[in-house]
Amino acid sequence: MVLVRNWIVGLGEFFLLLQRAAVAAVVDRPRPRVLLDQLHEIGVRSLSIVNLTAVFTGMVMALQLGYFLSKFGAKIFVSRVVGLAIISELGPVLTALMIGGRVGAGMAAELGTMKVTEQIDALRALGTDPISYLVVPRLVAIAIMLPLLTGMADVVALVGGSIVAYGELGVTPDFYFTSLMQFLTLGDIARSLIKGAVFALIIGGIACMNGMEASGGADGVGRATTRTVVGASISVLIADFFLTKLMLVL
Amino acid sequence: MSDNALIQVRGLKKAFGSQQVLSGIDLDILAGETLVVLGHSGTGKSVLLKHINVLLRPDEGEVLIDGQAVHELTEKELVPVRRRVGMLFQSGALFDSLTIAENVAFPLDEHDICAGDERTARVTELLDMVALDGTQEKMPSELSGGMRKRAALARTLALEPEVILYDEPTTGLDPVTGQQINELISGLQERLGLTSIVVTHDIASANYVADRMAFLYDGKVLRVDTADEMRASDDPMISAFLSGGLSGA
Repeated sequence: MVLVRNWIVGLGEFFLLLQRAAVAAVVDRPRPRVLLDQLHEIGVRSLSIVNLTAVFTGMVMALQLGYFLSKFGAKIFVSRVVGLAIISELGPVLTALMIGGRVGAGMAAELGTMKVTEQIDALRALGTDPISYLVVPRLVAIAIMLPLLTGMADVVALVGGSIVAYGELGVTPDFYFTSLMQFLTLGDIARSLIKGAVFALIIGGIACMNGMEASGGADGVGRATTRTVVGASISVLIADFFLTKLMLVL
Repeated sequence: MSDNALIQVRGLKKAFGSQQVLSGIDLDILAGETLVVLGHSGTGKSVLLKHINVLLRPDEGEVLIDGQAVHELTEKELVPVRRRVGMLFQSGALFDSLTIAENVAFPLDEHDICAGDERTARVTELLDMVALDGTQEKMPSELSGGMRKRAALARTLALEPEVILYDEPTTGLDPVTGQQINELISGLQERLGLTSIVVTHDIASANYVADRMAFLYDGKVLRVDTADEMRASDDPMISAFLSGGLSGA
């Protein structure tokens, strides 16, 4: 019962923070320097972890599915099956989980440290709204960067898949990508990027909420960081199911 | 109670969960004075301070500045109030991702007060006031505790406040550095005519800077009087505290 109540309260606080951030973003535009710093931190500094995850995911998918399809003489469809799995699910979800771990944890720890060392109170005491100065640039930056990283992860994973498809199954890259492009629609790609944007708000919102509510020194910052990684990961997986269901209906 | 007080605190009550911290504070702060708030640990001195610039909101009671009930204002409406009432935090609370110059310039940038050469000159002037000129490019982590507090004071002064709230300004500093901070507080009051409220455990600091002292006990003001009268008090609690007998209890 307590767990359910805490979950509902947390959900309410999450949407309240998003609403306050949306108002602050309109009334008081994000500071360019803070926004650029966040775009760099979230986007550029996540490239290696996202690419590494994507390329090996694409390769292992091609390996597993290629082996399975070969049994039925259907290895020529490997790019379509790998492409669908990557673009519909694995690209956006794995990228979000990686960013939730790296960026979400970093955001919660940074904001949590600012909270327990009174830097957030200092912002307020100087007449600056912490939501506008701290939360809005982080949410805007992750909402821009996560769909871009998702798109890049999709491409890198497909390239990884094509390497394995050529090496293990003899499917040439030319055939692999031609077959894939005949099968994929713009809607598939758009859905992948939309998932990235929704996951971005989930990760950024949970990280900022936990960071801004941290208390009790280093221990409190640690708890805020752990809550963020666990909460963001679970929320991304739950949201993925409902988003997929919604997208299939629409 | 004085009707011409700059800041009036009336019946202020605040609890955190089941713990009642403030149980009905009544206090007047006069323009241009330095009021030192004394009391044992956990009596709510810092909590009282954070109600004056509305970083905390009361459960009951009111805080009036120039007759305006500031505790009823929204965060947006509080911006001009917070420009008038600066605060020096116990830890300094410098933004650790910014250099000292960027920290001091932060309020100037946020409130579009000045830019370019004027901004640079103003930052130098403010750091000079706290004897820290030359530290512009350093990060807060490169400064000592006393220097961080002085840098934070320069940042607070950037908005040219009428009132400064000092939360334990000498805590954690050696006696010499603590005395430098005391001299800075007194000097600023004399030079700029500031009203100061100083929360401290440091009796030497209190004796040096106070025009008046308020003694908090059990969430209420036990006594408020001039520094001389307080030192001459025959109340065993106050006299023991001021002589150091109960400090840190």
